[in-house]
Amino acid sequence: MKIVVPIQLVPDLVEDLEISPDGTSFDYENLVWIINEFDDHAIEQAILIKEKSGAEVTILAPDMEDIDDPLFTAAAKGADKLLKISGDFDAGINNHALSKLFTPALRSLQPDLILTGVSNHDGLDGALGPLMAHHLGLPYIGYVSSVTVDGEKATVHKDYPGGLKARLKVKLPAVLGITSSETPPRYVPVSKVRQSMKTSQIDELEGEMDLSGVATIERMYEPEVTEKAEMLNGDIADISNQLVKILKEQGLI
Amino acid sequence: MNQDIYVLIEHIRGSVSDISFMDLAQARALASVTGGQVVAVILGHKAQELANGLDADSVLYVDDAAMAEFNYDAYQRVLTSLLKDKAPRAMLFGDTTIGADIASSLSAALDLPVISFCAEVKGDGGALKYVSHICAGKLHVEGPLPDQTTLLTMVPGRFRVEEGKSNKPHPLTILPTPDMSDLRIALMEYEEPSAEDVDISTEPILIAVGRGLMNKDDLEIVEDLAEVMGGTVCASRPVVDQRWLPSTRLVGKSGKVVKPKIYLALGISGAPEHVESITGSEMIIAVNTDPNAPIFNLAKYGVEEDMLDVAEALSEAIQEAKGG
Repeated sequence: MKIVVPIQLVPDLVEDLEISPDGTSFDYENLVWIINEFDDHAIEQAILIKEKSGAEVTILAPDMEDIDDPLFTAAAKGADKLLKISGDFDAGINNHALSKLFTPALRSLQPDLILTGVSNHDGLDGALGPLMAHHLGLPYIGYVSSVTVDGEKATVHKDYPGGLKARLKVKLPAVLGITSSETPPRYVPVSKVRQSMKTSQIDELEGEMDLSGVATIERMYEPEVTEKAEMLNGDIADISNQLVKILKEQGLI
Repeated sequence: MNQDIYVLIEHIRGSVSDISFMDLAQARALASVTGGQVVAVILGHKAQELANGLDADSVLYVDDAAMAEFNYDAYQRVLTSLLKDKAPRAMLFGDTTIGADIASSLSAALDLPVISFCAEVKGDGGALKYVSHICAGKLHVEGPLPDQTTLLTMVPGRFRVEEGKSNKPHPLTILPTPDMSDLRIALMEYEEPSAEDVDISTEPILIAVGRGLMNKDDLEIVEDLAEVMGGTVCASRPVVDQRWLPSTRLVGKSGKVVKPKIYLALGISGAPEHVESITGSEMIIAVNTDPNAPIFNLAKYGVEEDMLDVAEALSEAIQEAKGG
């Protein structure tokens, strides 16, 4: 069983989201990038399958600055191979380009299962999973929260609104968009990541970025706030008393 | 390409999803600018009655047992040939567990642009413009609607469900079903959420925790507050992903829609997929250390403090108020 997990970096929402001076894109150089949270769940799900029934797990990533750290972290968690694809990422990145960048490598790796994050919060042009699925001619299921491999098939849970889940069977190979892994992504201590930097190797392949075929952005901006909450000020005790008063007015105390 | 606006009618177990009515309302507004028709597309099995009540000028219906419920392979086959054949100005999907799965692969298959997290498409001096909310609602982006047939996955908010409903009759055309052999995906069954837990969609007092909750032990402080307030603890996705609370307590896209008298949001940033499920709350009070958290744009009252400090102090203050 071969599993490939394509991952990508997204702007860290905890940090300020810097916009370029012309106001049409991110200020790519001044953003703090982190691994897409859903991709982290995809990695975990791949490792869980490996631990349960045996698999070779390859992490596939664009060769952007800051990518080595999440790759070595994945190795420390149990990924077997790390592969990054080069390209010109300075002009930006989108899911259509990323899916085309990854497709040749995915064709040659011939995985049984491709697990990737169901979406990325900065992805304006759809999701990576179904785009790759089309290029590879494979079936796709998104919003997946568990995967069990059984020979040439996998059984998955797909999340629907209201806590409803659909149990689906899919013929392998297939692409799955992961929302959450069966157990939360494991924590690895920094020392173990450092060790994997010494023992693991990142393979590199050349690729090309093709940013065409997506909608143009004329304006990127922080939303104008029309109605903002009335902020309660003072020390914690003052604030609590104000809250109690509000709850009383609502007849809730 | 014609000027019609198509809408995929998403349905689960025999009922049309709310987002599809909102999409119809958006399509109606858009069609009035383009001068085209609103066309609802239903893929199902013995499901023609789903067309009743949709505000559409016409309905296209494709029937097959494989499409009784959503099936990626089957939908892909039908919609690829339908879009090639009809070439509408735009097709709207929900940014949902159905729409988001299918719209991207249609974009790749037909070489058509897809726009995600779309909040609105509107006329802009003769041209058409999209507005999307990205980065969990922290940024908005807008631009011209591309000149080709454009696929859009829509988030709720701009239009109400009622605006997409109508009892006016509309013509329904049954289209031929493409070959459905060799589908690679099959639905085995739906699994209901556990019914043993409380139903947060009917609880009047909700104390919601989000990413601001850094470890499981701190949940106790929140549970204490819930007890004092006579409320129930619920959560956004990061907390449920950590399995600190069961999925029955999830508010948001894969979880429940809630409409309490009070929604106390602790350490919740207010991503669109969460916000869309709490807009029915009578009052929202938000506590977050980030003054720019989008939740403050929705809340009536806001507190820019650590959620646990506030939870502890509020528990004490309520107890005091009750005692006094």
